[in-house]
Amino acid sequence: MNAARQNRFNTFAAHGALILYTLIALFPVFIIVINSFKDRRSIFREPLALPNAESFSMIGYETVLKQGDFFLYFQNSMIVTVGSLFFILLFGAMAAFALAEYRFKGNTLMGLYLALGIMIPIRIGTVAILEMMVQTGLVNTLWALILVYTAQGSPLAVFILSEFMRQVSDDLKNAGRIDGLSEYRIFFRLVLPLVRPAMATVAVFNMIPIWNDLWFPLILAPAEEVKTLTLGSQVFIGQFVTDWNAVLSALSLAILPVLALYVIFSRQLIRGITSGAVK
Amino acid sequence: MAEKPRFRWHIVVFLAPAVLVYTAVMIYPLFNTLRLSLFTEVDQSRVYVGLQNFRTLFGDAVWSTQFWNALGNNFWFFIIHMLVQNPIGIALAAILSHPKLRFAAFYRSAIFIPTILSFVIVGFAWKLILSPIWGIAPGMLDAVGLKSLYAPWLGKEEYALTTLSLVSVWQFVGIPMMLIYAALLSIPDEILEAAEVEGITGLSAFWKIKLPLILPSIGIISILTFVANFNAFDLIYAAQGALAGPDFSTDILGTFMYRTFFGFQLQLGDPHMGSTIASAMFAIILVGVCLYLFGIQSRMRRYQF
Repeated sequence: MNAARQNRFNTFAAHGALILYTLIALFPVFIIVINSFKDRRSIFREPLALPNAESFSMIGYETVLKQGDFFLYFQNSMIVTVGSLFFILLFGAMAAFALAEYRFKGNTLMGLYLALGIMIPIRIGTVAILEMMVQTGLVNTLWALILVYTAQGSPLAVFILSEFMRQVSDDLKNAGRIDGLSEYRIFFRLVLPLVRPAMATVAVFNMIPIWNDLWFPLILAPAEEVKTLTLGSQVFIGQFVTDWNAVLSALSLAILPVLALYVIFSRQLIRGITSGAVK
Repeated sequence: MAEKPRFRWHIVVFLAPAVLVYTAVMIYPLFNTLRLSLFTEVDQSRVYVGLQNFRTLFGDAVWSTQFWNALGNNFWFFIIHMLVQNPIGIALAAILSHPKLRFAAFYRSAIFIPTILSFVIVGFAWKLILSPIWGIAPGMLDAVGLKSLYAPWLGKEEYALTTLSLVSVWQFVGIPMMLIYAALLSIPDEILEAAEVEGITGLSAFWKIKLPLILPSIGIISILTFVANFNAFDLIYAAQGALAGPDFSTDILGTFMYRTFFGFQLQLGDPHMGSTIASAMFAIILVGVCLYLFGIQSRMRRYQF
């Protein structure tokens, strides 16, 4: 057999395998979203068919928007995610700068201490975290979640950002010092803008797990007015188990924001992973 | 320059916020949880009981059956991930990393989509698809003439855990795929070209050249899988509830701890037994991480390019 034909066969097999797996990956999402636009009868009669003029129905979405306070949940998730990312990036970058820039006693030890948190899951400490949040009155507030996610995200942020900060040229910082800039100005004016790509990577890594977390909202903030979208849809779907239209619509509504975020940030995310930020 | 070096306050200012939040919300509660496992509640006050809770967990028949059941299930959960998720991830990455493959970016992004969805969505979506009421799964099996293979997998004790593990594999295959893909891209072309000159191409190039070079990444993926699996909770809770049905057949350490800590039905929540289980989980994860760090990683040769 000649090499060209062998090659074409290989390419064909590669595409076949990838298309097959892509279908497996996307099929459930596709099924949920198309059926959320159908009336109840068509959901059961022809689950695989696209909605058409006859079977099209928004009844599920109407129920969801009437019953659940999805805008509030969405807003809560937004506040928690953006707030946590802000503190992870700010505190993480400051600590990373201290570790990368200055030589002081205990520098390595401090780095190791912070690195502990990369491997050990914060959930192990849940019992004591809840007790502390109850004592400080933070339970059922969004602050409880923001604090927990900040603590959880900081170690990896410090680790990644300090790698990048070591690459910022010393000449630049020293020129700033000669011009009389304070250390704080050097950090905020000179260094932070230069590590912006790394900050974006850290943000994207942290964003999805925070948005999707169920454990801490369930334990620290289960009250109606502070429910996140993930917990809200979990509770809502649990209540409407028999209303298939509502369940499918609620699932689709929960999928859409993450999918939108992914479409916006997927290049950043994939570049972050493949550039070896998490090795 | 006789002046004594001033104390550099700015270092403290830079470090303080991250270290304070991390210490107060992560490290301190972690040790406090380990401490709480040595106490119990008698007449609404906390009493020190030493290792009594651990004796109950491992010695009391009711507790120990539940614990070993959860631990065993958790190992099965982990084994399925290691045997299915990671090989599929590696295979997909190997195909994707082929330099002349078209649409690679599209496949990569599409296969990663399940990973970004929340457990709630994944759990319910699969529950609906596998449900005998809706009939998507039996209908599709029927179409290829395999209807007899269908069973309500999530409702049967003998299949439920494996089914949920496979759902979790479906969700997370993107992570090993991406990490291995990155590792494969970092192999320099000269090495592959040298192999090609020696006549090593295609599959044998993968087994003889690429696989040994990406072993460190496979090690990292294994330990990440281990930590994530022994800390899992969300998917089981979203699909089967806190009781991890049917008849606790999908109970893993995370759901066991949640039930113990918060209580369910008639059993009251017990923070001290919850801490005890958390301590056991901590020990298991610590042993796994140490085995990896000292047993595997230090022995693995790292290739510098």
